[in-house]
Amino acid sequence: MEEVKPQLIKITFDGIEVEVAPGTTIMQAARKIAEADESQAGLVPPAMCYYKPLPSSGGKCRACLVRVAQGSAKDPRPMPKLVPSCITQVQEGMVVENTTNDAVLETRKSIVEFLLINHPLDCPICDQAGECHLQDFAFEHGSAKTRYEEERRTFDKIDIGPNIQLHMTRCILCYRCVYTADQITNKREHGVMGRGDAAEISTYISNAIDNEFSGNVIDVCPVGALTDKTFRFKNRVWFSKPEDAHCECDKCSGKAIVWYRGDEVIRVTARKNVWGEVNEFICNTCRFDRKKTSDWVLEGPTKVKRSSVISANKYRANLVPKPDFAMKLAATQFKPIDDSRPYVTDTETIREQSIENNDKANHRSLLSQNN
Amino acid sequence: MARKILTEHINVPGIETFDVYRKHGGYTAVEKVIKTMTPEEVVEEAKKSGVRGRGGAGFPMGMKWGFLAKPEGVPRYLVCNADESEPGTFKDHHLMKSIPHLLIEGMIVSSFALGANKSFIYVRGELMYVIRILEKAIEEAKAKGFLGKNILGSGYDLELVVQPGGGAYICGEETALLESLEGKRGNPRNKPPFPAVKGLYQSPTVVNNVESISNMPWIINNGGDAYAAIGIGRSTGTKLISASGHIRKPGVYEIELGVSVDEFLNSDEYCGGIRDGHYLKALVAGGSSVPILPAHLITKTANGEDRLMSYESLSDGSFATGTMLGSGGFIVFDETACIVRNTWNFSRFYHHESCGQCSPCREGTGWMEKVLHRIEHGHGNMHDIDLLVDISKKIEGNTICPLGDAAAWPVASAIRHFRDEFVWHITHPHEASQPGAVYRDAVLA
Ligand SMILES: Cc1cc2nc3c(=O)[nH]c(=O)nc-3n(C[C@H](O)[C@H](O)[C@H](O)COP(=O)(O)O)c2cc1C
Ligand code: SF4
Ligand code: SF4
Ligand code: FES
Repeated sequence: MEEVKPQLIKITFDGIEVEVAPGTTIMQAARKIAEADESQAGLVPPAMCYYKPLPSSGGKCRACLVRVAQGSAKDPRPMPKLVPSCITQVQEGMVVENTTNDAVLETRKSIVEFLLINHPLDCPICDQAGECHLQDFAFEHGSAKTRYEEERRTFDKIDIGPNIQLHMTRCILCYRCVYTADQITNKREHGVMGRGDAAEISTYISNAIDNEFSGNVIDVCPVGALTDKTFRFKNRVWFSKPEDAHCECDKCSGKAIVWYRGDEVIRVTARKNVWGEVNEFICNTCRFDRKKTSDWVLEGPTKVKRSSVISANKYRANLVPKPDFAMKLAATQFKPIDDSRPYVTDTETIREQSIENNDKANHRSLLSQNN
Repeated sequence: MARKILTEHINVPGIETFDVYRKHGGYTAVEKVIKTMTPEEVVEEAKKSGVRGRGGAGFPMGMKWGFLAKPEGVPRYLVCNADESEPGTFKDHHLMKSIPHLLIEGMIVSSFALGANKSFIYVRGELMYVIRILEKAIEEAKAKGFLGKNILGSGYDLELVVQPGGGAYICGEETALLESLEGKRGNPRNKPPFPAVKGLYQSPTVVNNVESISNMPWIINNGGDAYAAIGIGRSTGTKLISASGHIRKPGVYEIELGVSVDEFLNSDEYCGGIRDGHYLKALVAGGSSVPILPAHLITKTANGEDRLMSYESLSDGSFATGTMLGSGGFIVFDETACIVRNTWNFSRFYHHESCGQCSPCREGTGWMEKVLHRIEHGHGNMHDIDLLVDISKKIEGNTICPLGDAAAWPVASAIRHFRDEFVWHITHPHEASQPGAVYRDAVLA
């Protein structure tokens, strides 16, 4: 039988032409550009909620908003609003602006700000730090200062079964875990309760999601809201060493990453693609119970992005080239330090300055108490 | 007296019963469409009438019907949006509780036009007594052969289901409503696909407001052209206005679109003017979501023309000096109202009602509320004002559903027109935070 090739659609993304199959989203078209040329990785819109392996994910966080400057060849009008690239399908002749459009970048900056205003910023004690998409997102697209002076919303930590802990305070409500749960169980046990910024992930009144694959919600969670209790406070991820490994498993493919501290296996996770998406879900036995080297056949060090802190210069041979944008960012943001201030040695001046600084600090804390 | 289309018989004793409604010309439209018209002809009349959606957005109803996809073998649905929860809007409630058969008749006519065999009325859950009234009316219509199987012997079947909502404003947004109707959490869907293509249970669906649908019996009886002759320009027909606030006669009024705001506000036929001894300060013309207007832009537009109660005239000057007809929630403020407090109150509502799916709305509504709360209670800083404007801009247009815009507009417009009042709250924190404190200024007189 003759193979019928689907007609490809040509679009322009940030000035680069790319051909994709009909039905492809703008996000996937951009990823295609980057997959062909790694130096273009910085063009790809960030995704905080969209997750390719989870159908119907996306469209929520608005991190990936882009401008469509021309809707299609047939109807060249621009789209009136910024559109979520993760769920908007391409049209023949579409022209998309992402990093080339200031309004897009400005909006993205505000999305970082929105996601952070109620975030506890407890990275120093969070197990996700170092592999957190919110950290990356904030670093790449956010601003260093906050304008938020109000109280942050908080929740109590809860345990979801013996192995998973939910820190709702850190959650960005991306719904990925909800879609994961929908995939692995049809009982709708894991979902969202409440509304607005009081909405919370919940396993119907703290029921444990009792499923062999429940641990995967940890991997899909972009932040430290769902964490592995067997790994809790064991180590910073950048001090641990990921190794690709597999095992004979009768429940899942057995393909995983085994994380070491010295000779000790401190956690097991699924493998992810370059976009941080899980390739194949692994079962809870692999994840929580196979914590000995003898349980695994090691394949070699996991490829880690150079831009990730996990690389920590440990895996020179396997480095993925550093994306161009990080260099550009550094060039624009890092200024030489102005150190022309006089060097003060006089103790009296030092004392006065320190009192003045203290007063300022006290004043500020008084202000915030009054608020 | 202005012409009445919806409320002509609303005060007739017993009009909530089938027999009295029938005696006053009820269900003749059903007879007419079932016996003499094709669905396409009914759609054509709706198009000719020019009637625009009364739920807020004002999209022409006939045109919406024309977009309905009609794939073979897939059911089509009509869903009536009776979730009415917008602060300041209470017209659907009034209509349904007083003259329920009007909506039922409109639903039958419209379902016939769209080829729907099962239609839904989604009523806000707080209105249980209205739900009972509607259910009773449905039973009556069924008993008389106007609903159910083989209506009037035509072979056309229609089942009408009344569904109570769970008490969330967001379930009035049409796609959230459909999710809720399907038994899911009421989160708005991303669009496209639009309900006309994939709506209820992934089937083509039309969602229309109670008032929009209730116009259909009259349109069928008198013709779309007769309807289009009422009103002004593209604002055809009549509109129910829920008038509230500091006026002499609050209530629901049916107006012909195109009466002047001045007449509506001051004549004894309608609001009867501002209560004695007070004067007009501000107006929210179309429900809490639309921009607020200051006194000098209410009865006249920025270029000095009379402001009319119509879609076009109210939005004259866009958001810089205009507003929107919206759902017709006409909230009047006299000089005793504090704009900052009111803006905070609206903001609190949107914060409470955001579904929390998308980051700008989930986080931004709470942020704005907290900043406004601070300003109102004497803890504001000067930079908070521009911060509020900036937050509202970052929400507007960047969200899944229009609730984000609806939360942003009242804040942005209050600052646009009443910035000095915000400044006064910040410069006079002690005075401003006293109960009942209001900024008074010469401009208002
Ligand atoms: C947050 C939100 C709440 C809404 N609430 C209502 C409502 O209570 N009643 C209503 O008819 N339309 C409401 N709408 C508008 C509906 O989404 C939809 O446009 C309308 O029902 C369509 O009917 P129409 O064309 O007849 O106006 C709401 C929209 C939004 C964004
Ligand atoms: S817990 Fe994690 S995966 Fe689930 S919604 Fe929150 S951030 Fe997303
Ligand atoms: S704009 Fe607000 S209410 Fe609408 S989907 Fe987003 S979070 Fe929900
Ligand atoms: S990734 Fe597209 S909206 Fe979240």
